[in-house]
Amino acid sequence: MTPFLVSDKWYDIRDLGNLSRAILEAADRILPFGVVYVLAAVLGFVASFLLFVLPSQLFVGVYGERRIIGRMQSRLGPNRVGPFGLLQPIADAIKLIQKEALTPTQADRAVMYVAPIIFVMPAVLLWAVIPFGENMVIADIPVSLLYFLAVSSLPVIATFMAGWSANNKYSLFGAMRIVSMAISYESPLVLALLGAVVVTGTISLSGMVAWADEFNIWMAFVQPLALVIYFICVSAELNRTPVDIAEAESEIVAGYLTEYSGMKWGLFYGMDIGYALAASGFAVTVFLGGWTFFGLEQWVPGWLIFIAKTHLFYFLFIWTRGTLPRLRADQLMAFAWKFLLPLGVFNLLIVSTERMLWAEQDYAKGLIYLFALINIVLSGALVYAWARFNGYRPERTPTRPRLVKQVGGYIPIEERP
Amino acid sequence: MSGIIKSEPFVINIGPQHPSTHGVFRIKATVDGEKVIDAEMVMGYLHRSMEKLAEERTYTQNIPFTDRTDYLSSMSNNLGYCLAVEKLAGIEVPPRGNAIRVIMAELQRLASHCMAVGAFANDTGAWQTPVMWAFREREKILDIFEVTSGARLTCNYMRIGGVAFDLRPEFEPMVRRVLREFPPFIDEMEGLLSGNEIFIARTRGVGVLSPEMAINSSLSGPMLRGSGIAWDIRKADPYCGYEQYDFDIPIGYNGDSYDRFIVRLEEMRQSLKIIQQALDGLPGGPFRTEVPLALRPPKGEAYARIESPRGELGYYLVSDESPAPYRFHIRPPSFINLSALKEMTVGGTVADAIVVLGSIDIVVGEIDR
Repeated sequence: MTPFLVSDKWYDIRDLGNLSRAILEAADRILPFGVVYVLAAVLGFVASFLLFVLPSQLFVGVYGERRIIGRMQSRLGPNRVGPFGLLQPIADAIKLIQKEALTPTQADRAVMYVAPIIFVMPAVLLWAVIPFGENMVIADIPVSLLYFLAVSSLPVIATFMAGWSANNKYSLFGAMRIVSMAISYESPLVLALLGAVVVTGTISLSGMVAWADEFNIWMAFVQPLALVIYFICVSAELNRTPVDIAEAESEIVAGYLTEYSGMKWGLFYGMDIGYALAASGFAVTVFLGGWTFFGLEQWVPGWLIFIAKTHLFYFLFIWTRGTLPRLRADQLMAFAWKFLLPLGVFNLLIVSTERMLWAEQDYAKGLIYLFALINIVLSGALVYAWARFNGYRPERTPTRPRLVKQVGGYIPIEERP
Repeated sequence: MSGIIKSEPFVINIGPQHPSTHGVFRIKATVDGEKVIDAEMVMGYLHRSMEKLAEERTYTQNIPFTDRTDYLSSMSNNLGYCLAVEKLAGIEVPPRGNAIRVIMAELQRLASHCMAVGAFANDTGAWQTPVMWAFREREKILDIFEVTSGARLTCNYMRIGGVAFDLRPEFEPMVRRVLREFPPFIDEMEGLLSGNEIFIARTRGVGVLSPEMAINSSLSGPMLRGSGIAWDIRKADPYCGYEQYDFDIPIGYNGDSYDRFIVRLEEMRQSLKIIQQALDGLPGGPFRTEVPLALRPPKGEAYARIESPRGELGYYLVSDESPAPYRFHIRPPSFINLSALKEMTVGGTVADAIVVLGSIDIVVGEIDR
C-alpha cells in the first residue's frame, strides 16, 4: 500500500516545507539578492509562531489547562464566553490589554519595562530549531540542541530583572529563588540530554528525529531515565507546579510577578505557557520521535503528529499542576544535586558503554532494542539503589494517627495504646 | 571581587493582604535570606468589639454575634455560648435538643475540618485541587444547615434551652448521605496527600511543637493532640451528653504539621461515628425548654467550654441580674493556638512559616473578635 501522496511537490501537504521552498525559490527569482532570507525568516515566524504556538497557547495553554484542571477539581472551568467557553482566552487577553500596567514609584522603570520583552524573545526564538517535519524547520543548524539549551536558559535573566526592578520584597524573593536554583536544575538537564546525544551521535534535532525514524525506536525507550530527569528539571525551569518555587502563590504572593499588571503581566503569563509548549516540543523531538510515528507519517502529515504529541506531552504539565504540592527551594536543590545529577552521570556511563559496544557491532539494528530493554530495567534499579544508598526509605510510619479512648497527658511515641 | 558581599536581614510583612493568611492577619517576619529569624504576630485588623457590644444586648440577642466570631464553625460557637448561659441560669436541655446539638456540632466539625485540610494543602502548594474537593463535600453539610436553620454559614440555630427549630423530614436522608459519602472522600484526601512524598517532605518535621511547649502555651484541639497529648473536652468535661457516644481521640506522633493534618483527617472519621450514633438513637420529645425572651439569670458567673473544631472554645459570662450580660468574654482557640507560632516558625524558611500557619488553622474573625 502506498501513501496517497507520493511526490515531493509543493502540494504535498505531508511536509509544508516543500510549499515554503517553492515559494522562496519563486521569490528568489524576482527579488534582489538576500531579501529571500528575510522572507524565509518571516515565513517561518508566521508558520511556527503565529499559526501554531499562539493558538496553542490560547486554546491549549489557557483554555485547555483551565478546563482540564477544572475537571480534576470537580468543577466546570470556563464555559461562558463563546461555545464551551472557547473564547475565554481571547476575552482574557482583551481584558489584560485594557488594564492599566502599574509601575510602583520606587521601581526601576526602565528595567521593569524591558523585562517582559526580554522574556518574550527567547520563546519565539526557540521555535526556530524545532522540526515540524522533514523540511519544516526554520533553521536546520547542526548544533540545534545546544542552541535550544542556550536560548531556553535566557528567561532566567528576564525573571531576575523583573524581580529586582519591582523593588518589592516578594519580587526579590522570587528573583533570588530563581537565580539560586537555576544552576542546580540545569546541570542534570544537560546531563540527561547528553545521554540522548551519545546514543544518536548528533546534536542536531533533525538528526535525532532521523535516528528515531531509522531505528524505529523512540529515545524515551532507550533513555527512560533521561526523560524523567528532563521532565523534572524542565518543570523547575518553567516554574510549573511541583517546583513552581519562584512564583509560589501561597508563599510569596506571585514571586517576581507581584508588581506586574496588565499586558506586562500577560506577556509573562502567556510566554510561560509558550516555554512549556517549546519544552514539550523539544521533549517530543528528542525523546518521542518528533514528527515521525513508526511509518504513520507516510500517510498523515508529520506536522500533525508533532502537534498532537506536543499537546499530549503538555498534558503532563497540566496533570502535575492539578495534583502535586510544591517543593521547597532547598529541597529542590538538594534533590537536583544529590539525586538527579548522580543519576544523570550513571545514566551517561551506562549509555556510553552501550554506545561503544554498539559501535563494535557496526550499529546492528536489533541491538538497540536489547539496549532499550536493559536500560528500562537498569533505570528502575538505579533509582531504587541510589535512593537506598542515600538512606531514603519509603514512608514506614503509619499515616494514621494513634487512637486513644480516654483523656490523659502526653503519650510518648513508643507507647502504642 | 574586592571586599565581601554585605548582607543584612530584612523585615517582610506576610499579610495583612496575602494569599495564605486566611483573612487579615499579619506576620512581621525578619528574614535572613530564606530563613526566618524573628516572627511577630500583628492582629486586630478584623476587630469588631463583639465582647463590648454584647454587654448592651440581651442574652438571646447575643447568639448571632457568636456566629460571626468563628465564621467557619458558627454552630459550635452558638453551642458554647448557649451552654454558658444555661449554666448561668440553671436551664436544663431536653434530650432531643442535646442530640440535635451534638449532630450539628459534629457536622460543623466536618465542615470546618474540610476547610482546614483543604486550605492547608493549598498552603503547601497543592494548587486548589484538595481545597476544591473539600469544598465539594462541605457543600453537602452546608445544605443540611440551610435546610435546618435557613442559613448556610452563620446559622444562628442554637437557642438558650435547646435549638431554634425541630428537624425537618429532609434532614435525616441528607445526613445519611453525608455519612455514606464522607468516608470515601477522606480516603481520597489520604490517597492524594498523606502518602505524597512532596507533601511529607514539606510538612514532616516542620513546625514541630514539643508536648511541653504545647501544654505551656495552653494550646488545645488538633494542635495539642498532634503533639501526642490525649486531651479532648468532649471526653474530659462532657457536655450535651457526649459521654453516651463511643469515639476515639486521635493523637499524633511528633507534633509537626503533618501530624496535625492527619489528626484532623482522623477526627473527621470520629465525627462521622458520633453522628451515626446520635442519629440512630435520636430521642423524641421537645427540642427546647421554654425560656423567657428577656432572660435575667441570677447574679453570678459561668464558664462553659466545648471542643470546637479548633480547640477549647470557652464562653465566660458574668450576670448582674439585668437582661444583658455584665461581662461577656470568649476564649477563642485560634488566638491561643497562635501563641506558639513564633516558636514554630523561627529557624525555618519562609515557605515553612506558611505551612505552619496553615497547620494552625486560624480563623481571623475569632482571633480579633
